[in-house]
Amino acid sequence: MYFDSVHALLTMDGHGVYVWSAYLVTITVIATTLLVPRYRRKRLLQRLTAEFKRTKGVHGANTREQN
Amino acid sequence: MWSFFHKFGSPPWLYALSGVILRWLLPVTLLALLVGMVWGLLFTSPDFRQGNSYRIIYIHVPAAVVAMAGYYLMALAGAINLIWRMKMADVAMKAAAPVGAAFTFIALFTGAVWGKPTWGTWWVWDARITSMLILFFLYLGVLALYEAFENKEAAGKACAVLSLVGMVNIPIIYKSVDWWYSLHQSASIKFTGDSTIDSSMLYPLLLMIASFYALFTCCLLLNMRTELLQRESRTQWVRRLVSAAGNN
Repeated sequence: MYFDSVHALLTMDGHGVYVWSAYLVTITVIATTLLVPRYRRKRLLQRLTAEFKRTKGVHGANTREQN
Repeated sequence: MWSFFHKFGSPPWLYALSGVILRWLLPVTLLALLVGMVWGLLFTSPDFRQGNSYRIIYIHVPAAVVAMAGYYLMALAGAINLIWRMKMADVAMKAAAPVGAAFTFIALFTGAVWGKPTWGTWWVWDARITSMLILFFLYLGVLALYEAFENKEAAGKACAVLSLVGMVNIPIIYKSVDWWYSLHQSASIKFTGDSTIDSSMLYPLLLMIASFYALFTCCLLLNMRTELLQRESRTQWVRRLVSAAGNN
């Protein structure tokens, strides 16, 4: 490892604030880009599950009535 | 060969395939990103002129490279949609826009943060940076244009035209540092001739570039899967998929 101590790693001779903020923002943006489509797909699947169950239920009730 | 090509037009096939690819590509990508970041941050020597601030290179350059490559992909998908009316190409184009915007934002932000200690300013209106900002707006423009249309087919066509016209910007970004006087340095990695970067810095940088390409692919596939489900929500295969998931 290049740095001698955690302090040296964090400050990076005065450049720490630039380097670390760049990396933190990058990681945040990457995480958001990965998580948003997953979250949207999950929500969509939940909505579709509920929708299909409801239509199936209505369909089932109708057939019972006909019997 | 043609049957393989035709399979790309099949939503359930594409959905299943992307699921399989993501299952191994996503963990590998995240691991490679972690290794690359730790390598660049902890195990490389500082630049003799810029000191430690140069460590931003390991995210700035990969993000910028992939942001431009992603634009080619988006425009190509748009062209395929325009010429062959392939619906999956439209899905790919729409999925690429937010990912490209995110990568361009990373390149711009890290560039600004790197510029402060190196050039003494966050921002200059020079050719490289301005053309990169235009790339960001092009991505956002495609996103906004999609939402502006009620008719999804018309939206796809309009976005395809916009992304194709915007392609003129890519060589401008690439060549800007050679054509105009700029604060921004020219490319250090060269395909022909010797690279002007030490190999101890080159290897982690190449790893990060590869990781960012893989990351773009993952984000693209994730977006495509969501988009596929949404567009195909009235079809039998989605119904089967949802009921199979509900029974488990």
